[in-house]
Amino acid sequence: MESILAYLLAGISYGGQLALIAIGYTMVYGILRLINFAHSDVFMVAGLFVIYLQTAVGFYVAIPAAIILTVVLAFSIEKLAYKPLRSAPRMSVMISAIGVSYLIQNVAMYITGGLPKVYPDIPLFTESVEIFGASTKRVTLLTPVLVIVLVVALVLLINKTKIGMAMRASSVDFETARLMGIKINNVISMTFIIGAVLAAIGSMLYFSNYNSISPTSGAMPGLKAFVAAVFGGIGSIPGAVVGAFIIGICENLLKMVGLTEFSDAFTFALLIFILVVKPTGLFGEKQYDKV
Amino acid sequence: MRLRNEGEHDHEYVTDSSRGDLTFMQETTDIQIGELSPNSVLKVENITMQFGGVVAVNNLNMEVNRGEIVALIGPNGAGKTTAFNVITGVYEPTNGAIYYNKKLIVENKPRGKMKKYYSGQNAGLYYKSISKTPDKITALGMARTFQNIRLFKSMTVFENVLTAMHVRRTSNFFTAMLHLNFSEEKKMREETASLLELVGLSDVKDDLATSLPYGKQRKLEIARALATHPKLLLLDEPAAGMNPQETEELTQFIRYIREKFDLTVLLIEHHMNLVMDISDRIYVIDFGRLIAEGNPEDIQKNPKVIEAYLGGSDNG
Amino acid sequence: MENAKKKSLIKSLKYAIFFVLLFAALVIIDVKNPSYSMIITVLKKGTVYALIAVSMNILNGFTGLFSLGQAGFMLLGAYTYAVLTMTNEAREAVYYLSGYSVTFTLPWYVGLILAGAVAAFFAFLIGLPVLKLKSDYLAIATLGFAEILRAFSQWAKLEKITNGSIQLRDYPTFSKSSLLEGTVFENASLTPYVLIVSLCLLLIVLMINSTYGRAFKAIRDDEIAAEAMGINLAHHKRLSFITSSFFAGIGGALLAIYQSSITASQFKSSTTYEILLIVVIGGIGSITGSVLASYLYIACSEWWLRGLDSGSFLGLNLPNVFRSGFRMVVFSVIIMVIVLFFRKGIMGERELNLDRVGWFFTKILPSLFKKKNKAESGKEAVK
Repeated sequence: MESILAYLLAGISYGGQLALIAIGYTMVYGILRLINFAHSDVFMVAGLFVIYLQTAVGFYVAIPAAIILTVVLAFSIEKLAYKPLRSAPRMSVMISAIGVSYLIQNVAMYITGGLPKVYPDIPLFTESVEIFGASTKRVTLLTPVLVIVLVVALVLLINKTKIGMAMRASSVDFETARLMGIKINNVISMTFIIGAVLAAIGSMLYFSNYNSISPTSGAMPGLKAFVAAVFGGIGSIPGAVVGAFIIGICENLLKMVGLTEFSDAFTFALLIFILVVKPTGLFGEKQYDKV
Repeated sequence: MRLRNEGEHDHEYVTDSSRGDLTFMQETTDIQIGELSPNSVLKVENITMQFGGVVAVNNLNMEVNRGEIVALIGPNGAGKTTAFNVITGVYEPTNGAIYYNKKLIVENKPRGKMKKYYSGQNAGLYYKSISKTPDKITALGMARTFQNIRLFKSMTVFENVLTAMHVRRTSNFFTAMLHLNFSEEKKMREETASLLELVGLSDVKDDLATSLPYGKQRKLEIARALATHPKLLLLDEPAAGMNPQETEELTQFIRYIREKFDLTVLLIEHHMNLVMDISDRIYVIDFGRLIAEGNPEDIQKNPKVIEAYLGGSDNG
Repeated sequence: MENAKKKSLIKSLKYAIFFVLLFAALVIIDVKNPSYSMIITVLKKGTVYALIAVSMNILNGFTGLFSLGQAGFMLLGAYTYAVLTMTNEAREAVYYLSGYSVTFTLPWYVGLILAGAVAAFFAFLIGLPVLKLKSDYLAIATLGFAEILRAFSQWAKLEKITNGSIQLRDYPTFSKSSLLEGTVFENASLTPYVLIVSLCLLLIVLMINSTYGRAFKAIRDDEIAAEAMGINLAHHKRLSFITSSFFAGIGGALLAIYQSSITASQFKSSTTYEILLIVVIGGIGSITGSVLASYLYIACSEWWLRGLDSGSFLGLNLPNVFRSGFRMVVFSVIIMVIVLFFRKGIMGERELNLDRVGWFFTKILPSLFKKKNKAESGKEAVK
């Protein structure tokens, strides 16, 4: 019983971390129709920022500074690598995203020397706590709470503010939104900024749990977060969150029954299944092609 | 031929439908389905195409006979292109049936969610689900052109037509890969050359298709469609963007290829001169519904048509 | 008509001569250089990558299907080859932990063909559901499929076949004389790769220039128009996917031969990205572009930019900057520049055109010199 609870808790926590990454994917896709392959590397770099800043200036400065640097990074990626291709075919933008991902990984490899870096203990996160007889890090309990708070804040932002309205309009029809006078570039920048903030927070939660970072350690959680976004219906924020929790829990339950090798494979099998059965995901809407 | 009146299929819709009014019931009774004229090439029967809550084509009935040139006209947004897309298999109709060469090729009734939201008519008449993808329909002998020209943009004029011959290949992937089908390939190339000669594009055959002037691109689209050896040619606004002289040439050209290839033609067109000049019969639709049918003289005098064009649409 | 025939005959003759000369040059390089020399290593790896890049181009460039499953099919090819061609003595050593259940040994050429066949078979299976998906969904589904394959190859229950996550080695490779003993190529190590890859590329070129190749291009240009012209989308996309995977499988097997040991962990999505970037550099939709880009890419990353990793480059001696990993940073910046500013890559959608090459050498180069001369003489006149 305790072990089930432990796996479940781990799953919820992992799912929450994925959810924070998935929101970045789903929002960018909603507006630009782009799978932002570099997002997972932004997530990884956020972790490196914390490591390097923490040794230089200590935690209380390092954490906000890391979030700001992550935002700057995501912002500049959009301006340098995606904006020039705004009118290019979608395939070109996706290739550019893959190129950026490749560049970030190589830069990280150069700077870290390719060795895994140990993630510092953030006191609030890594302390051990006991719940119903199962011992776990505090971050496991903190994650779902933090995720819910952030998602509620985000939903309020999108539904109640002017920029939120502009975002919703742009995600329905990019061109018309532009014609209606919405500053589309600001909306896109905002999307990347929100995505980066959430990814930075997600990275703190995630790496507190996993302790070490290598230049490719963003790839897997990134891919899974993307699957979560597709599963929930890409473009939908609640969809991404629900999808992420489902994947997080299922993967940990698989580990419980001893199929650890297949926890990754399961996620992708789920992806292919949902794409074949309901390509628009749980919360997506059907679109018709115009002939 | 199947005759079904007051069949059990009707009831569920009559009782289910919030619009289950008298006219609805009257229209569902005494309709003979699958009744075809002796020379029928294409019969569109009670076709309804509904997207979500929008009914783009509403209970359309049309028949095209062998050798005819038939026009489908109507104000902008009347559902003409949607009708074409249903006929050529791009969309699966929500309800209705289509016969080609007296053979049933498409039949559908409202399914799934559409059962509840269906707001067309005659839902109870059909029960099968037969559909064909556009390529299968082309292989049967129907070919089309597009309103907004869709040529293969990386290919030359020659390659565009040559590619359309692919549908009649007898070679399989391996024989084609090893070029064992050289005699067929040679025949295809010769035929392409003569087809381009015939439509007057052989002087530009090695130019990129998209580099041609507009009128020639339209002609190339027709040539490409002809390369599939159709019996029925569907032209979607072939004269769009042409000046009167080009339109006149096009009229001659359509007549010419009809004779030459023994074609039947169904066309959508806004140029009334062309339509009245060339058509044997005309169907007029507005808001997805058929409002008139007849020969050009009758259509010109028909008050419903005049109303649709002058009153119904602001840009008619 | 006769004239045109003559012309086309002369043209094909020209190309035939060109390729024979190219091949002869490669064989001479092969015989003259020891197999461990840098040029041979680069040419070998470049040749293998050329096949893999072209196989990806069949799908992404010629059929317009954005697939990211290449690493998965390479893995299938590499594993099929390694597992089926190993001798039992080698297996004793390689599968020392788990024991082995495949006990027969196939000749290398059968293994190579089966490598392609197995990859093609999996492509057939996965193609049924996946190819219905539109652009980026297809990309992500194929990427996921490759990851699933990698998970299976590392699964403990298949240990007796795949050796789990431990590497496979000691399968026949071209550097072993047993394979080519008694042939002219006894000491040649590059030539077998060139021969096999040339044969594969020839088949691919023939396929692209057949009626099916045209159908693929039609799908790329306009799916709706292609379907309206009677091209069955599902069937042709599947054919393209299977063909691409077949050659990716052979490419994977050749990579296994080149490396002489393989592990599943090297077939990650980053491998696919690497190949995609090669295709982009060469020009999406150009076979010669992909081939050229493969050699360039491998030469840069393995050879010409080596100095960036080891202290001095182009006479600059900056050990603090030029340390391990800097090469890849410079390299990925170059790639980004190509992706952003030279989107057509080296060749665009064109292929190598000998007339153009000839024209370049006979007209453009001399004219450049002439201009220089003219400019100089102009200067003199002013004086």
